[in-house]
Amino acid sequence: MTNLSKFAVPTEEPGQTSDRTPHGEVETPTSLLVRFPASEPLQLECGRQLAPFQIAYQTYGTLNADKSNAILVCHALTGDQHVSNVNPVTGKPGWWETMIGQGRPVIDTDRYFVICSNILGGCMGSTGPASLNPATGTPYGIDFPVITIGDMVNAQARLIDHLGIDQLFAVVGGSMGGMQVLEWAARYKDRVFAALPIATAARHSAQNIAFHEVGRQAVMADPEWCQGRYYAQGVVPRNGLSVARMAAHITYLSEEALQRKFGRNLQDRDEKTFSFNADFQVESYLRHQGSTFVDRFDANSYLYITRAMDYFDMAAEHGDVLANAFWGTKTRFCVVSFTSDWLYPTRESRAIVRALNAVAANVSFVEIDSDKGHDAFLLEESEFFDTVRGFISAAAQKRGLK
Amino acid sequence: MTTHAPVHHSQPRVDHLFIAEMVEPGSRVLDVGCGDGALLHLLAETKMVDGRGVEISREGVNASVARGLSVIQGDADSDLSDYPDQAFDYAILSLTIQATRYPKTVLENLLRIGRYAIVSFPNFGHWKIRRDLLLTGRMPMTRNLPEPWYSSPDAHLCTIADFVSLCREVDAHVEQAVAFNSVGRRLPIGATLSMQNLLGEKAVFRLSKKQTPGQTAAHGA
Repeated sequence: MTNLSKFAVPTEEPGQTSDRTPHGEVETPTSLLVRFPASEPLQLECGRQLAPFQIAYQTYGTLNADKSNAILVCHALTGDQHVSNVNPVTGKPGWWETMIGQGRPVIDTDRYFVICSNILGGCMGSTGPASLNPATGTPYGIDFPVITIGDMVNAQARLIDHLGIDQLFAVVGGSMGGMQVLEWAARYKDRVFAALPIATAARHSAQNIAFHEVGRQAVMADPEWCQGRYYAQGVVPRNGLSVARMAAHITYLSEEALQRKFGRNLQDRDEKTFSFNADFQVESYLRHQGSTFVDRFDANSYLYITRAMDYFDMAAEHGDVLANAFWGTKTRFCVVSFTSDWLYPTRESRAIVRALNAVAANVSFVEIDSDKGHDAFLLEESEFFDTVRGFISAAAQKRGLK
Repeated sequence: MTTHAPVHHSQPRVDHLFIAEMVEPGSRVLDVGCGDGALLHLLAETKMVDGRGVEISREGVNASVARGLSVIQGDADSDLSDYPDQAFDYAILSLTIQATRYPKTVLENLLRIGRYAIVSFPNFGHWKIRRDLLLTGRMPMTRNLPEPWYSSPDAHLCTIADFVSLCREVDAHVEQAVAFNSVGRRLPIGATLSMQNLLGEKAVFRLSKKQTPGQTAAHGA
């Protein structure tokens, strides 16, 4: 933990020449940044090493004197570190701003020190496929090593070391963020006092892998993907990435939510046009989701991160017994699922709970009634908020936090 | 937004108080069928236990977790097999055994998971129930059993005598047993089993697994 430089980088002019995404956050993000030099490589599960590498992160609140009030928030596939501030790229509020922030009833940053870092492989300032490969001076592209959820967590642990925090009070995350929470609890047992894996699973199902493969194939079938070297060509596989996002977006919603929101309503027209225009509102909505996504996300990052999720299978790493991953854990767990989430259904959460019970871990499990599908974890659901607040405040009491 | 008032409001249930009397301070407790967490809360407050709960209803689980208790949504009939042997000092089933599908299996699991099992249940042998059945010829409905037979969750009602015989069948040793009447008064010590079965409206049993000869006690139990 020596020789680390930490840069608090103020807003940079977007579109610098060194940057290869439309938003200019890859090398010099609008975030805090820690750079790990070539002498401190990150050992990856694929066997390769990554060095140098950097992690972009946001913090909220103040770390207390004994460094016991830190909460690490792990973001999902297309999320980023801007959990509770206006996103510098989209201009939208932070993705969990309703839950986390100053004076917020669930996680009040007047009380807790909240950290959220862009994952390894991301495109918002942490090292990923759009970053410069020091060996070539050009972006990694598909020369970037294939990473895992465990690699992301190991990279985060380096950040937590850098911040001088021995034990995180809590690690919290939904979806792929929940996978990181589980990895944290399994890999760094003494460093996680409380863990909140939300709307997640301990392994990716065949169906989940299948949906991801559709998305990746859409990206790679786009001629502008250029075998992953589109940065040098000055193009972006917009169509492919957009289709990938459209397909994925369906999996984040429920049939009920789609029906309620759009039904068979037509978009700005009274009659069918007998064409392939976006006649239906739901088509128009998905196209919009796809096209705005392209403006903020790197296509290769999408390939790498979905791959990391597909490879995720905690039981397989522990002799095919999930419980082994948590053997001896002292962490307090609260597992949360949502009734209409068919991407990470309740039975996946139950499998986690079963494994935790088998090692007599301290675990709570709540299934929240919601018709909003997987995305419910990002929305303001009072029952969900009550659960998280109850769990966090009880844990804080146990931890002796004021 | 729903609120979750702190729990020191209502009077503790009588059977909860009898159960609490049987629990050693600072022990590890699993409450199966914990409802909204009232007993766990009582035990945490008065006995400083390390408590966990299992509850079938989503509302009960959510209320418990929002209160800061460690409770999972689960089913006594299907989910107890996930727990390791002797993981808790006490595995408690308060007024729940009669609502399980397989009371015998549930009891065996409790005896396996806890060093002690504590079970409370409504006594179907109580004289009022016997009287009502005798006089009306219909399934009794009482304060403790308010639902008609067709909608009652209590599919496996039993008497104190029935429960004692089940204990024998699963090799459970009765460490302690308390029967009490409608106002929560404990029946006098020395009352015979048949008197308890007649006068007790509810009962609480603390049980342990009988060690068969040659079998060593697990974890020094």
